Amino acid sequence: MEVSRHWRLRQQRYGLVGEVCTHCDSKIFPPRDICPDCGQEARTPYAFSGQGKVWSYTTIYDAPAGFQESAPYTVALVQLDEGPMVTAQLTDLGSQAIEIGTPVEMVTRKLRADGDRGVLLYGYKFRPRLRAAA
Amino acid sequence: MTATTNATGRRVWIAGVGLTPVREHWERSLRDLAHQAMQAAMDDAGGLRPQALYVANMLSGALSGQTQLGALLADYGGLRGVEAHTVEAAGASGGMALRQAYLAIRAGEIDTALVVGVEKVSEKVTAEVEAALVSATDTDFEAAQGVTPTAQAALLMRRYLHQHQAPADALAGFSLTAHEHGATNPNAMFQKAIKLEAYQRGALISDPVNMFDAAPLADGAAALLLVGEGVAPEGGPVPLVRIAGSAAASSALALHDQPDPLRPETVSQTTRQALERAGIDHDSIDLYELHDSFTIFAALSLEAAGFAEPGTAWKMAADGAWKRGGKLPIGTMGGSKARGETAGATGVYQAVEAALQLQGRAGGSQVEGARWALIQCLGGNGATCATHVLTVAG
Repeated sequence: MEVSRHWRLRQQRYGLVGEVCTHCDSKIFPPRDICPDCGQEARTPYAFSGQGKVWSYTTIYDAPAGFQESAPYTVALVQLDEGPMVTAQLTDLGSQAIEIGTPVEMVTRKLRADGDRGVLLYGYKFRPRLRAAA
Repeated sequence: MTATTNATGRRVWIAGVGLTPVREHWERSLRDLAHQAMQAAMDDAGGLRPQALYVANMLSGALSGQTQLGALLADYGGLRGVEAHTVEAAGASGGMALRQAYLAIRAGEIDTALVVGVEKVSEKVTAEVEAALVSATDTDFEAAQGVTPTAQAALLMRRYLHQHQAPADALAGFSLTAHEHGATNPNAMFQKAIKLEAYQRGALISDPVNMFDAAPLADGAAALLLVGEGVAPEGGPVPLVRIAGSAAASSALALHDQPDPLRPETVSQTTRQALERAGIDHDSIDLYELHDSFTIFAALSLEAAGFAEPGTAWKMAADGAWKRGGKLPIGTMGGSKARGETAGATGVYQAVEAALQLQGRAGGSQVEGARWALIQCLGGNGATCATHVLTVAG
């Protein structure tokens, strides 16, 4: 049962909240309190826009324990517009083909059920950016 | 502060090696496999008894419910009393355990050390093994998203093929080379060469990774008996193998945090340092045991280590550059792809195989005239890397 562990990360899971380094202006996700670029203290919260591009992607058929119900699913490395890269599932793909470079945006979705009691854990996934019909 | 080259510090040699074949050893337990390798290494060294035991293992806690392997294997190996512990750095555990033994002997605290790498994965079904493997990722931000090591290799492979405009079967050369080398190794899991057509028709596991891109994860144990200057046995039938250079490094744990995922900084850094400490350059290396848990890592390792320009290692593989008799043999006894992948034990298998090559004991897999070997194992996607240079050149 990992409810508290997941709850500690709720701002990251639901709001993509990281940090901005006030020394070198680097945007940091996930937050780590020390800037990995300049090494100085970085504790200022920063909410990412959720916009990004697909850096790479693949589809998983043999899922690890805990994720088998969702298989097959597509995971990607998403380069956020502000700089950092994140690992996340892609969702709402429909019939749309994903390519390296496809613009995507963050949504909140179910990640998995936590154990037999089935407490549902939610977090960020990314979908192809929606555009208004012409 | 720079490290001194090995020439100016206490010299450390490998005096004995031992290993088991890599298989699904249904009838053998973890302690049983380890004991076989440990005893073989001590016998190979003429019966030398170590003062310290370093165990390289990644998965025993998760898959066997067994921790404290140091005491367990010392106890079952007839070594009650020696100081013993596990060194864990995911897939780099083997090289890191070797480095810890090397450092202890260099410091003069220890004269003889036994390093054993052991992994027993056939205890659990695939989904549980995958879950154990992803414990080595950033669990809050990688494992929590449902990735697997295979999926991460696929993310890298797809990006590499895209960035270098390489064809879908670009990495086939690594698979073919590995299987050709495994064919002459009686301890290898796969002892049969494969054809290009087989690679091209290989079933996809996680696109674009196909079954011939992925090393098989299985059971095995390998061991090394190390000695320091002053206690090395003299006048044996085979030359002792000296550890000429040793280096290790860490970088961002998560693949998404690495500044350039296609160029693992730990590989570049530790290769450079190990060669410097050995006092040689790239051209002196006669064979390279790299960590090809997936074919993409063979390409990325060769390029980051400086043996090929970015985006060219795959083409050189297709041209046979990495085969025995080619520019620089890699995975000379099959590598992870054909000899078999043993996670925490891989780095020790690499050291044993390199030592056998340098001593002229590699049988049908022999690289003629090998004098200097580079061995290197990776934790995760290069978050940890341990690199060593071995030699019989004195």
